[in-house]
Amino acid sequence: MNDSKLDLLQGTLDLMVLQTLAALGPLHGYGIARRIEQVSGNEVLLNQGTIYASLVRLQQRGWISAEWGTSDNNRKAKFYSITKRGRKQLSEDAAYWQRLSVVMSRVLAMPEEEA
Amino acid sequence: MIDRLRQLSLRFASLFRRAQLDGDLEAEMASHLELATEENLRAGMPPAEARRQALIHFGGTQQAKENHRDSRGVPVLEVLLQDLRYTFRALRKDRAFTAVAVLILALGIGANIVVFSVVNTLLLRPLPFPQSQQLAWLAGNNGVGGLSDVTYRIDVFEEFQRSNRSFQQVSAFVPYYALSETKLMTRGQPRPVSFVWVDGSFFPTLGVRPALGRFFTHEECVKGGKPAVLLSYFFWQRQFASDPSIVGQAIQLDDLSATVVGVLPASFDFGAVFAPGSNMDFFRPLPVDQFRTWGHMLSIIGRLKPGVTVTQAQAEANILLPQLPGSDDENWSTDLKTTVSGLQDHVTGKLRRSLLVLWGAVGLILLIVCVNLSNLLLARLASRHKEFALRGALGASRGRLIRQLLTESLVLSAFGALLGVAFAFAVTSYLAHQGSIALPLLSSIRVDGAALVWTLLLTLIVGVLFGLAPGFTLSSGDLQNALKDAGRGSSDGREHNRMRSVLVVSEVALACVLLVSAGLFLRSFLRILDVDLGFEPSHAAVIKVDYDDAGSAARRSAILQDILQRVRAIPGVEAAGSTDMLPLDRNRSWDLLAKGKVFSKDVNDDAFVYVVSPGYLTAMGMHLIKGRDFTWQDSDTSEPVVIINEAAARREWPGKDPIGRLAQGIGDKDSRVVGVIADVRESSLEESASPAVLVPVTQQIPEGTELILRSKLPPESLAAGVMNTLRMLNPEQPATELRPVQQLVDHAVSPRRFFVLLVAIFAALGLLLAALGIYGVISYSVTRQTQEIGIRMALGATPARIRFGVLAKTLRLAILGIVIGAFASFAVSKLIASLLFKTEPTDPATFLGVLFLLLSVAILAGYLPALRATRIDPTTALRCE
Repeated sequence: MNDSKLDLLQGTLDLMVLQTLAALGPLHGYGIARRIEQVSGNEVLLNQGTIYASLVRLQQRGWISAEWGTSDNNRKAKFYSITKRGRKQLSEDAAYWQRLSVVMSRVLAMPEEEA
Repeated sequence: MIDRLRQLSLRFASLFRRAQLDGDLEAEMASHLELATEENLRAGMPPAEARRQALIHFGGTQQAKENHRDSRGVPVLEVLLQDLRYTFRALRKDRAFTAVAVLILALGIGANIVVFSVVNTLLLRPLPFPQSQQLAWLAGNNGVGGLSDVTYRIDVFEEFQRSNRSFQQVSAFVPYYALSETKLMTRGQPRPVSFVWVDGSFFPTLGVRPALGRFFTHEECVKGGKPAVLLSYFFWQRQFASDPSIVGQAIQLDDLSATVVGVLPASFDFGAVFAPGSNMDFFRPLPVDQFRTWGHMLSIIGRLKPGVTVTQAQAEANILLPQLPGSDDENWSTDLKTTVSGLQDHVTGKLRRSLLVLWGAVGLILLIVCVNLSNLLLARLASRHKEFALRGALGASRGRLIRQLLTESLVLSAFGALLGVAFAFAVTSYLAHQGSIALPLLSSIRVDGAALVWTLLLTLIVGVLFGLAPGFTLSSGDLQNALKDAGRGSSDGREHNRMRSVLVVSEVALACVLLVSAGLFLRSFLRILDVDLGFEPSHAAVIKVDYDDAGSAARRSAILQDILQRVRAIPGVEAAGSTDMLPLDRNRSWDLLAKGKVFSKDVNDDAFVYVVSPGYLTAMGMHLIKGRDFTWQDSDTSEPVVIINEAAARREWPGKDPIGRLAQGIGDKDSRVVGVIADVRESSLEESASPAVLVPVTQQIPEGTELILRSKLPPESLAAGVMNTLRMLNPEQPATELRPVQQLVDHAVSPRRFFVLLVAIFAALGLLLAALGIYGVISYSVTRQTQEIGIRMALGATPARIRFGVLAKTLRLAILGIVIGAFASFAVSKLIASLLFKTEPTDPATFLGVLFLLLSVAILAGYLPALRATRIDPTTALRCE
């Protein structure tokens, strides 16, 4: 098990993207993917390409906005930033995840009964 | 919620910005890879490795694109669009197939839309009046007999109107339209016009409001009131060029000056509802007092109170009528036997059965169309097997392939429906302008919203139905095998062939049912045309004549003698006579009783009455069996005489010679029977003749005069001479038309002709489609067996033997279809038995005829491929692998 990375649950990537943008301000797709990899300690299995499906979804919902700009080293790139509605969504989703993870750890901590 | 909506709309929008969005993504991915490569370079990797690592981390670019499209767009729709694009490409490639399929579908669907529009107008759609379900029709004598039987006396109408409790309003009109023919003298030459006498409450009862002006006032409806007319919209349009200032002006009708008080709306067509096949120009208030002593004059309509049913109104009429003051009058006998029915039922009820049959027939056509297209698609599929196998091998799921097939069939049926709607629009507008067909509401037939919804439904059903059969064979066959053996000649497609044979057999069976029904209708129609009318409509023409006799019988006699003499002198005219009513046109009846017979309320002693001139019998070609024709010596001063028909003789003087006997009921005095004529079809070709009596025009006042000419010349070439002669005698003679008497017969059989024509067209279409089906299957199997046939011929089989084999196969299919179809036809013919005329539902001639027709068409359809089979060159066939 140690070799394999975590498969992402549906919807978790969206939350990670929102959190990354909220924490670091405007970023391009590559930057977001790199940050998530770094923060997760390379635990997350991420084909960097999949980030773009998530980005377009979030954009269509109006939670992030996008704009072409220039990167630090003068590369043209599309920069994403979180919107007001995105922040609201982020706080709701984060609270939900925290509740769920508390419940999950409690359930998983149940001692096994002796047969 | 709002976010979701926003997302949804953006998703749909993205479908139309595909190129732009894809380009944007490409650019973004490119910049992503550059950024990644740069970072890797900075980390010290060699350039090639930096690029490779970036690509590995990115994952599949194609996959990322697909993912992107799926999340930004509507995947289902995109697949659909893809299927559609593919379908259009495939259909464009196979133009001949597409054209045939769309044409067949258009015919099938178009025929269905037309019949649905007719059914919708006549049966489903309410009559064009507000709350028309409240409108009711009252018929005397339980609706049986001529006009005089089913109409009402003025006093009965007035009493019933006053005393009933079931109706909000009861009103009436005079259905003896000949009484109300006159001529318009305003603007130009005198013109024949017809109007209807209506009770003052007629239009309010129907719920019709005048488009201009007002209804009749009470003063205009009573005796001595100022003459007033309400114009029909079309008359106003045609005659007065839609001039609104006509309201309030006077128009000259013969010697009467009447004021136009209003114009009725365009939506109101009296003829369409109450007198199919005729047009009424205007309306006048009912002169109640004038008609009081004329007997049965009125047709009664009523508007039921809310919540009152026709049955309740009937129950009330049964009790109320015999209690009305005056009900013991013997003349009330038919009025007391009143039947109340819904107005819609009265107008279209008799057509219900015919229309349902028609509906069934087009339903069958549509089934045949579906079967035929299934067949065509199967054939196409067989040649596309490899393509599908390849797509399957490349990863298309079976569901996806079936969806592709359904998309194709739905696209085809949609195109068929489009063309079909256009076709239906043309046909319905043609039908709507066929004023000479005596069908009610015909003019309002059109393709409306309901018909379009029906079309949409049919399109879907048809598309799925004929797309499914090929889909089934696709899902049952193993794609891998198909990939392996597609292209090899003989082994594959067994499944297909069985399915296609089943389809052809059912097609032949369906066509057989259609043909048998059409055959039975056609035979009934021929029987009707064969009916002995009792007069000779060919070589006879009729024209309405106007003269002023000032009410004097002697003067009338002189005028008519003069007219007839001069008309007979016109070259080409062989005989001439006059009558006031024509058979099959309109009628009236009086009592006719042998003298001495006691009147009884329960025995019908009505006879149709015709007031005719000497020479009328010859001019009409009626057969005088006994006695003599009238002469000009039969006058108002001589003894009253009558000529009766055989039906009257049988009823009043059974077993005796009626000549010289006295009859009562006609006129004030007894009349002497001087002649007996063969029975004449008075009101319909399909009912047996009723008693009739002819009365000399010199002894009774005629209701108008129709001049009959017998001549071998066509009416058009006589018309000018006749009109000149008439104008010479009477400058006020209106410009009426010289019509062939045959028109009367045509008009009487027009509804049946209409149905027979439609059913026959449908049957022909069914036959054609069945023939196409047979041809397709046999031709296809010959193609598939090219190699086999080649081998057999190389081994010495004669062309005759090969031909026989192909034809035998054709006949096997056809005979199976015919046998099944014959059984089905037996069942169906029982259902339509009541619509047939003097034709047994099991009429052997029809069944045998259809059998031979189908067999010969099948042989013909099979012969062409058989011929092709024998032309196969063995060496080519063997090499073609």
